[in-house]
Amino acid sequence: MEIKKGIAVSPGISIAKSLIIDSEDYRIPRRSINPSQRITEIQRVRNAFRDAIAELTELEQAQDQTGGGRIKDIFAVHLRYLRDRSLRRKVTDLVHSESVTAEYAVSSVLRQIAEHFSNIKDTYISERAADIYDMERRLLKQLLGHKREDIDHLSEEVAIVARELSPTQTASFNKNFVKGLATDAGGRTSHTAIVARSLGIPAVVALEDLTEIVRGGDTVIIDGNRGIVIVNPDDETIKQYQEYSREFIELEHKLDAIKEKPAITRDGVEIKLLGNIEFPDEAESVLQKGGDGIGLYRTEFLYLNRPTEPTEQDHYDAYAETVRVFKHRPVIIRIVDLGADKYTQSKRFAPEPNPFLGLRSIRFCLQNLTMFKTQLHAILRASVLGEVRIMFPLITNQQEMMQAKMILRDVMEDLDEESIAYNKDIQVGIMIETPSAALTASTLARDADFFSIGTNDLTQYTLAVDRGNELVSTLYSAADPAVLRLIRTVIQDAHKSQIDVAICGETASEPEYIMLLLGMGIRTLSLTPPMIPEIKQIIRSVTIEDCNNVAREALGMNSERQISSYLRNAARKILPEAF
Amino acid sequence: MRIPLYDGEWSVSPDFSNTSSNTDREDALEKTVYEAAVEIKDTNGLHMQPAMRFVDLANQFDCDITISNGKDTVDGKSIMQVTMLAAVRGTKLTIRTEGTDAEKAINALREFVEEQISDGKGQGKRENR
Repeated sequence: MEIKKGIAVSPGISIAKSLIIDSEDYRIPRRSINPSQRITEIQRVRNAFRDAIAELTELEQAQDQTGGGRIKDIFAVHLRYLRDRSLRRKVTDLVHSESVTAEYAVSSVLRQIAEHFSNIKDTYISERAADIYDMERRLLKQLLGHKREDIDHLSEEVAIVARELSPTQTASFNKNFVKGLATDAGGRTSHTAIVARSLGIPAVVALEDLTEIVRGGDTVIIDGNRGIVIVNPDDETIKQYQEYSREFIELEHKLDAIKEKPAITRDGVEIKLLGNIEFPDEAESVLQKGGDGIGLYRTEFLYLNRPTEPTEQDHYDAYAETVRVFKHRPVIIRIVDLGADKYTQSKRFAPEPNPFLGLRSIRFCLQNLTMFKTQLHAILRASVLGEVRIMFPLITNQQEMMQAKMILRDVMEDLDEESIAYNKDIQVGIMIETPSAALTASTLARDADFFSIGTNDLTQYTLAVDRGNELVSTLYSAADPAVLRLIRTVIQDAHKSQIDVAICGETASEPEYIMLLLGMGIRTLSLTPPMIPEIKQIIRSVTIEDCNNVAREALGMNSERQISSYLRNAARKILPEAF
Repeated sequence: MRIPLYDGEWSVSPDFSNTSSNTDREDALEKTVYEAAVEIKDTNGLHMQPAMRFVDLANQFDCDITISNGKDTVDGKSIMQVTMLAAVRGTKLTIRTEGTDAEKAINALREFVEEQISDGKGQGKRENR
């Protein structure tokens, strides 16, 4: 039994067998397997070689047409390596003699060859180590790709353990079988956290070396309330956790009981609670938890779990499914926020050196008009089914918004010509996620029907902190005075222009921020569905007067630490059991 | 020149050699073992591109083919093993063939190393990637 402490990012308890997802981007740790699994594992090695050869042959032939002689030669050498029986035998022998995973055997054998080359005192030869690493990655990609397919077809409950999870990896997670997530890296707002909360399963991140401790199939307890992961727990511990898990579910049910009651403060101010969703089938859970609509419908999933770009009909079907659940309540569809992820980066010849400051989100859309127009076409078509709204992500200046709106008008004209019905008065809003947008909110408000503040990106861009980087993630906090002042500006400018302003970042689901946000003038929150009951309970326990006082106090403070602890104390008085 | 080959957990020489040692069979069978001593003259040594072409040629023959640098002996039909010899310019190698077409093979391979793998011929030019 081993206990690891990390950061709890999604509540709940899960006790399940682990399934480890390695990544070709990181060193593969040595992992043992049960000797009876060796035959399967050796078959995986053979399949990986076979498919890597097929992939490379295709690449080599594609080079033919473009006439890249040098690259073609390199591929030819790689192909001969992959076809080399003695290389493959080295790998399968290692799996057999040491009972290790296919991933580890591939990585270990190829890295030994690469190191052998690196140690030769001849620059030409030592540089050829890069070729070997390239082959290693190609083989690992095959092994891990196959594993991802396996995750699509799970038949028993598992806890996913990984170094870090990317949208591509999580897109196909099935909540009937994926019971918990635990990662080495990440922070409170990493992708793992977002996915776990939207699936309503427990997750713990920042566990540092968990992937090196766990073996596939080990039993793990993921305690998403206390941020603890227990590997191979003893019977006593399992029993304690089963008990604890029951109590936790009871508390959740208690909160669920308030779902029929309105989200209204003690002094009678109504707050709109909307859900953030990623997949159409989550719409139902927003309704179940008592949400008033969808405040943020992320649409990246349409792109991330399929080999080809989604068709207009794929978009439409997903939107229609969601809108039908809500009928006359708002469904805000965010234009796809791609870029800075594996989807766009893997399509590039060379990855962008600084993707978060690169071609992402609305910028990516404006440079890929066919893709952009396809999505807009589908949204407009779905707009007659209910109260659909469009939201542009990562707007950084007025010109970008005008361009995006112009494209929208083009698509409207297309629909007119095709005689397809749509809502001509569809509301179009923008996300405020950058300091530049926050500082020019008064200008942007003239052409936007609503604002939604994305506090995750706004915090990251304001404080220049990568929230997924453990080395600096402690600097990431929406309670930083700089971030709060920007949020206040946006809210004030929205009020002056009489447009709606909502919060759709993680802060909207964090109990300690609620009084502050209400006090700053927010009346709409969009958050992860499982948190709706708890946030509603807080809203029903406070008065706007209290909130105004909290906001005034907090905004007068000059340090993040001071503000954080003040907010925590203020919230603890209202709802002790949430902390 | 001594070429350090492998200090890892698996040693190259015994493990990599596919050829059966021919001490017992040598007298019984006709002598079908040929050896040729060659020297690598290409700036890049016998690596990647040249090695690929060597291995491709070697695979056209049925006989067993080994290359030795005096310390390690490897399978001449395996690109991994040939490149791992890391035969830089000036390395003296012994090519050894054994089997039905061993004579044809030794001549072809000797000629290949002496004629083709040297600067200015074929693709032996140093790449700067």
